[in-house]
Amino acid sequence: MKPGERDIIIRTVCRLLVPFVQLFGLYVIMHGHSSPGGGFQGGVIIASSFILLAMGDGYDEVKRRFSLGALTATTSAGVLLYAGLGVVCLMLGANYLDYAALPVSAARSVGMLLIEIAVGITVTAAIISIFHDLVTFE
Amino acid sequence: MRYLHLVVTTLTGLLLIVGSLGMPATGDPDSPPSSHVSPRYIEQGYKETAVPNMVTFVLADYRSFDTLGEVTVIFTGAMAVLLILRGARSEAEE
Repeated sequence: MKPGERDIIIRTVCRLLVPFVQLFGLYVIMHGHSSPGGGFQGGVIIASSFILLAMGDGYDEVKRRFSLGALTATTSAGVLLYAGLGVVCLMLGANYLDYAALPVSAARSVGMLLIEIAVGITVTAAIISIFHDLVTFE
Repeated sequence: MRYLHLVVTTLTGLLLIVGSLGMPATGDPDSPPSSHVSPRYIEQGYKETAVPNMVTFVLADYRSFDTLGEVTVIFTGAMAVLLILRGARSEAEE
């Protein structure tokens, strides 16, 4: 094996694990209501799947799959979604972030799910962004 | 001047320690948080929010402002790393 070349066993195992890790991350975000978990934990799990992929295939291979501008925009989008939900509640005549005003059944539970998703988006993108900066820094 | 910093830091630290002596003991059942806020969350939380996980409904509903601040901290952290590391690189290229 030449230097810089990666072992096929490591690459294959990493690629096989990634979808399961990401699925578990989504489960942790969506199921944060009724079991331990939530946006912060699930976001970190999803971001770690990208790090695992980078360890297997090398970061250059992972880097081709997303653009840096989109990554930064996604980091902001989560915070915007969270704050925007508060503004929606304001427009419906309630206090800021008072989900009870949302026009759905079990509104407070739905509002919580939405902000967990928003938190997950921001945490995922932020961790990947920090990973990118640390890996490519010379 | 260095000793002034030391004196100011020591005085502030002592002031904070003296202030903390007035706090209720950890887990004191008669303290204001334990006698007003906690029972309310435990007794009314599930009825009001329909979410069985107490940690989640306190974090994401009753204290949603706090969580918004936490997300902003994560966002700010990522942006700070971006500005410091990528900013340093673009300066080095020049």
